[in-house]
Amino acid sequence: MEKHILSILVENHSSVLSRITGLFSRRCFNISSLSVGETQDPKHSRITIETYGDEFIIGQIQKQLDNLVDVIKIIELKPCNSVYRETNLIKVRADSTARAEIIDTVKIFRGSIIDVSQESLVIEILGEKDKNNAFIELMKPYGILELVRTGITGLERGIKTLKDYKDY
Amino acid sequence: MKLNGSEILLECLLEQGVDTIFGYPGGAVLNIYDALYKYSDKIKHYLTSHEQGASHAADGYSRATGKVGVCLATSGPGATNLVTGIATAYADSVPLIAITGNVGVASLGKDSFQEVDIQGITMSITKHNFIVRDVNMLAETIRKAFYIAQSNKPGPVLIDITKDVTSDTCEYEYKKPKKILPRTKTIKQNDLLNAIKLICKSKKPIIFAGGGIISSKATEELIKFAELIDSPVTLSTMGLGGFPASNIRYTGMLGMHGSKASNLSVMECDLFIALGTRFSDRVSGNTSQFAKNSKILHIDIDPAEINKNIFIDQSVIGDLKEILKRLNSMLTKQDHKDWNNQVNQLKLKYPLTYKKDEQLKPQYIMEKINEITKGQAIITTDVGQHQMWACQYIKHEKPRHLITSGGMGTMGFGLGASIGASIGNPDKIIMNITGDGCFRMNCIEIATAVEYNIPVIILIMNNHALGMVRQWQSIFYDSRYSYTTLNKTTDFVKLAQAYNAEAFHITEKSQVEEILRKAISLKKPVVINFEIDCDEKVFPMIPANSNLDHFITENSKDLLT
Repeated sequence: MEKHILSILVENHSSVLSRITGLFSRRCFNISSLSVGETQDPKHSRITIETYGDEFIIGQIQKQLDNLVDVIKIIELKPCNSVYRETNLIKVRADSTARAEIIDTVKIFRGSIIDVSQESLVIEILGEKDKNNAFIELMKPYGILELVRTGITGLERGIKTLKDYKDY
Repeated sequence: MKLNGSEILLECLLEQGVDTIFGYPGGAVLNIYDALYKYSDKIKHYLTSHEQGASHAADGYSRATGKVGVCLATSGPGATNLVTGIATAYADSVPLIAITGNVGVASLGKDSFQEVDIQGITMSITKHNFIVRDVNMLAETIRKAFYIAQSNKPGPVLIDITKDVTSDTCEYEYKKPKKILPRTKTIKQNDLLNAIKLICKSKKPIIFAGGGIISSKATEELIKFAELIDSPVTLSTMGLGGFPASNIRYTGMLGMHGSKASNLSVMECDLFIALGTRFSDRVSGNTSQFAKNSKILHIDIDPAEINKNIFIDQSVIGDLKEILKRLNSMLTKQDHKDWNNQVNQLKLKYPLTYKKDEQLKPQYIMEKINEITKGQAIITTDVGQHQMWACQYIKHEKPRHLITSGGMGTMGFGLGASIGASIGNPDKIIMNITGDGCFRMNCIEIATAVEYNIPVIILIMNNHALGMVRQWQSIFYDSRYSYTTLNKTTDFVKLAQAYNAEAFHITEKSQVEEILRKAISLKKPVVINFEIDCDEKVFPMIPANSNLDHFITENSKDLLT
């Protein structure tokens, strides 16, 4: 099943996130990542959800979400005209023998080291999910102690905004 | 003017034209009840025996009148007792406002006495819900709730009000309710043209209408539409009464206990026109084989219903009445004489039948009800065999005259619903058809009917069993009747008399007509216990997830008893 990324503009108040995630679990839809935060207008939040399904399932997800009173607008961010980013923080075991190698790899991936200790590094990697996954694979042999991912966020390219889309 | 939250709540109900509510008091709603005391000349509050009864009564009131039903309960168990009623209304898209009290804001989240998160609990069974923690937000929240409950596809909305909000004061100013306009923006000309194309190409169309016909008040347009395209019409349980059963084009109900003529015609048709319906599994059976020789045109107010359960060929989204009006104005008269003949042959060949002997049969009781009330009475039902007999054997002529829990299948729904329906229609005959299992669940509401002298006639089809489950056990579980035999010694006549209702015990066929006429003439709550055989079954029957031509009938070889 294909991956789809949905961008949802919602009212910014309590219970909204639980309505959205509740709808996914009740209707047996999948969420593989979710990120949420306030927009430039504090009345609204924007949620980015990565999900899997065929065109009918994605259609159902969009239409069912659209029926929620707190959902203002929902679009699919298609790969051909969108940019996506995800931040990962990775705590890697890094003693003096491995450290130089790891730092080289971080440079190649244009990440940064944001914490150093005798035996470990915390690395920040920003990018598309595939790139981040590739980096994580490279870190595995050193020993990943902890990993957190923000979930994907995304926007369409160009001047057009979500609000320019018509309601159903 | 400055009012407290409880008064604002009642003022807002009055703004919306509410003069009737159903409820049950408790600690968290004391202030609201104090205001109700003051407003008793403007808002009539009916005290039920149980909050569930209040929720079903509000639901029945709404279904019978088309107005919004309102129920009120306290926090904690009061609120949770509404849950089944709210879910029932949600499954059948009934505009219902459920108001619950909650503990004070400072006590929220502390596991306080009688505190539950009713917003969380009802999130998936309401169209929307609110918790009000600030009195300044109260009036707007109530107005919004009423708008949401009635607009687009209707549904229940819950408003949870914290106790301090009910006593806090703020300025209140009357506001005229926002007008509920039919959903027409979504109707695309192109969709209409494509629909017309499909209709004009079709040689064997069939119209299938659901509850949307009733909620959009589109009966007249549907009759005209069927005339224009010269098509037979079948209905879902929720659609019954949305098209007159006496109309020659009517083929009976569709689905699991639908008529053979309807189900076979759907297997045969080349265009299936679904109007205001959501393709419940009780209608579609095996979805991969459903109307497999046919194109499907789906017209519904909710875009999310399109391609949800059945993949369709063309849709039109919006208010059904408006869409039918537009289609009717665009269509030229079609002629499908051969097809209609074919369908009529099926109707003649496979009428509804049951074994007519000297025994007291539920089907016979339904026929008598039909004969005496002539489609003028409001029939409410509970859920199970009696419900299906009521759907099959009573000719439902008018919208809002059959009130039944179609989607949720809530046992215990009928009595509360009949009380609400009667309060909304004091001049109508109201009959609640029930079984002994369902009746036992919420029979406490007889006390409500007696107290307010609400003339509901309760007809118990007493087979001393959970008949529908027993039927499945008989057919699919080698007659292993696991916990479906209700050999309880409860005397329903004495029980009803203890509540001060009139009650009768009927065992003979010959007594049916007389007792029905007598019950109607009494104009007070009446309970009639009809003793019927526990092996009486509902036929025809299509097993779950089967093709619509896979019938089990009284003559089927695979029937074990």
